[in-house]
Amino acid sequence: MAQIVVDRVRHLYRPPRGKPVLALEDVSLEVREREFLALLGPSGCGKSTLLYLIGGFLPVESGGIAVDGKPVAAPGPDRGIVFQHFALFPWKTVRGNILYGLERQGMPSAERQKRAQQFIDLVGLTGFEDSYPSHLSGGMKQRAALARTLAFDPKILLMDEPFGALDAQTRHLMQTELLGIWQRTPKTVIFVTHDVQEAVYLADRVAVMSARPGRIKTIVDIKVDKTDPGVFKAKAFVDKVDEIWNLVKEEAIKAQVEHAS
Amino acid sequence: MTAGLMKMLLRYSPLLILAIGWELVSRLGLVSSDALPSLSAVAAAWIDLVRDGDLVSNGLSSLYRGGAGLALAIVIGGVLGILMARWKPVNVIFGPIVEIFYPVPKTALIPITVIWLGLGDGSKILLIFLGCMIPVTIGAFNGARSAEQALIWSARSMGADRIRILWDVVVPSALPELLNGIRTALALAFILLVASELITAQNGFGYLIGSLGDNGNYDAMYAVVLTVALLGFAADRLYQLLMHEMLIWRH
Repeated sequence: MAQIVVDRVRHLYRPPRGKPVLALEDVSLEVREREFLALLGPSGCGKSTLLYLIGGFLPVESGGIAVDGKPVAAPGPDRGIVFQHFALFPWKTVRGNILYGLERQGMPSAERQKRAQQFIDLVGLTGFEDSYPSHLSGGMKQRAALARTLAFDPKILLMDEPFGALDAQTRHLMQTELLGIWQRTPKTVIFVTHDVQEAVYLADRVAVMSARPGRIKTIVDIKVDKTDPGVFKAKAFVDKVDEIWNLVKEEAIKAQVEHAS
Repeated sequence: MTAGLMKMLLRYSPLLILAIGWELVSRLGLVSSDALPSLSAVAAAWIDLVRDGDLVSNGLSSLYRGGAGLALAIVIGGVLGILMARWKPVNVIFGPIVEIFYPVPKTALIPITVIWLGLGDGSKILLIFLGCMIPVTIGAFNGARSAEQALIWSARSMGADRIRILWDVVVPSALPELLNGIRTALALAFILLVASELITAQNGFGYLIGSLGDNGNYDAMYAVVLTVALLGFAADRLYQLLMHEMLIWRH
C-alpha cells in the first residue's frame, strides 16, 4: 500500500479580499515509502498548496489525504517541511534552531546536543554552530533548515521549492547533497519545483501538474543513472527533460495568459 | 577604549559648546540672571539640593511613579497587543478602544485621574500607565502580526502546541517592534510624570520645579529641570544598550 494517498482532493483558496479561487481540482496521487517524488508545474498551479495539505497546514475540505492509512488532520513530526525561504528562527543560532525540534520531541538534553552536532556536521555547517541565520549565506541557511528537519527524523520530507532562492552553483551543490542524504537515510520525499532539470535529476517520478486549477496531468517515471558525473549531458537525461518540458510548456503558457488577463 | 572615549567626547561636543555659551551669555549679562542663571550658579544650587536631600527624596517619589506606571504599561500593553494580533475577538473588542484613545492628548486626563484616585501616587501611576500603554500595545500588535506563517508552521510540524507557538515564535517575532514601542513609552513616561506632578502633587520632580519657580529660586529650578533632562537622556541610552543586547541576532 502507498504511504501517502491523496484521493480526489479539491481546494478553494480564499484570499483575504476578492473571490475564492479554485486552486486544486480533483487531485489524486499515491506516493510509495522511500520514494522521491517531484511535483512539477507552472507557478500558481497549486503544487505548494498540495504540499501544505499533505503537511496538515491547510484543512482538507473535499476529498481525503491519508498518511500510513491515517487521515491527515494536523501537522506532525512524521512530516518534516523545508521552505523556500528557510523559515529558520532568526533569534536562534544554527544549533538553537536544530535543538528546538529535538526539544519539542522530548529528547533528553545530552542526546539532543549530540544529535544536533551530528546533523550540523552532516550538512557541512561545522564551525557555524553558534552563528545566527542573518550571518549565513542562502545556501548555508538552507543547509541549517535541512539539518533542523532531518534531525527530528521525519519519515516524510516535504520540500517547498527549497533551492529556488539559491544561485545556480549553490543550487546544484545542494541537489547533489540532498540526493546523497536521501540515499543514506530511508525517507519519502515530496519535492515541489518548477525547474524541469531539477525534477528529473532528483526524482524517481515526476508528477506534472496543469495550470490552475491544478490537476495531476501525467506522472513520468525517471530512470537515469544519477551516479554518473556527466548525467546532465547523458542522452537518457536530456530526453526526459525534453519530454517533460513539452508537457509543462503548454501549461506554463496557459498560466502566463491567465496572469496577464 | 580611549579611542571610544574620544569619539564620545567629539560626538557630544556640541553640548559642551552650548554649556560654555550658556555660561558666557549670563556672565556677560546679555540675559538677565532671573531668566537664565549662569550654569555655575545652577551647578551650585544642584549641589545644595543634593546635600539637603530634596532632590533625592523627590526624585525617588517620581522614580516610583514612573517605574510603576511604565511597568504596568509594558506588561498589560504587551499582552494585550499580542492577543489582539493573534485572536480576533480580542481585536474586535479592544481595537476600536485603542484607536479612539490613540490621539487623545494624555495630559488632558490629568484632572480625571485626580478625581478618580486623588492627589497621591495613584493618579500619576494611572496616567502614566494609560499613556504608555498605547505605544506598547501598538508595537506588540504590529510585531506579532508580522510573525511569519512559515515559522509558525515549522514550529507546529516540530510538535509545538498553540501556547508554545505564542511564546516561542510570536513573542520573539514581535520583539523588535515591541521594544521600539517601549522606547517611545519610556520618553512618554517622563513627559506625563513631570506634567502631572507640576499640576497636582506634594512631591516629585514636577512638584519641585513648580514650587522652586513659585518662590523665585530659579537657580535651583533650573538644576531640577536639568536633572530630569539628564535622567531622561541616560534612561534612553541605557534602554538602547539593553535593546541592542536583546536583538543581538539582528546585527
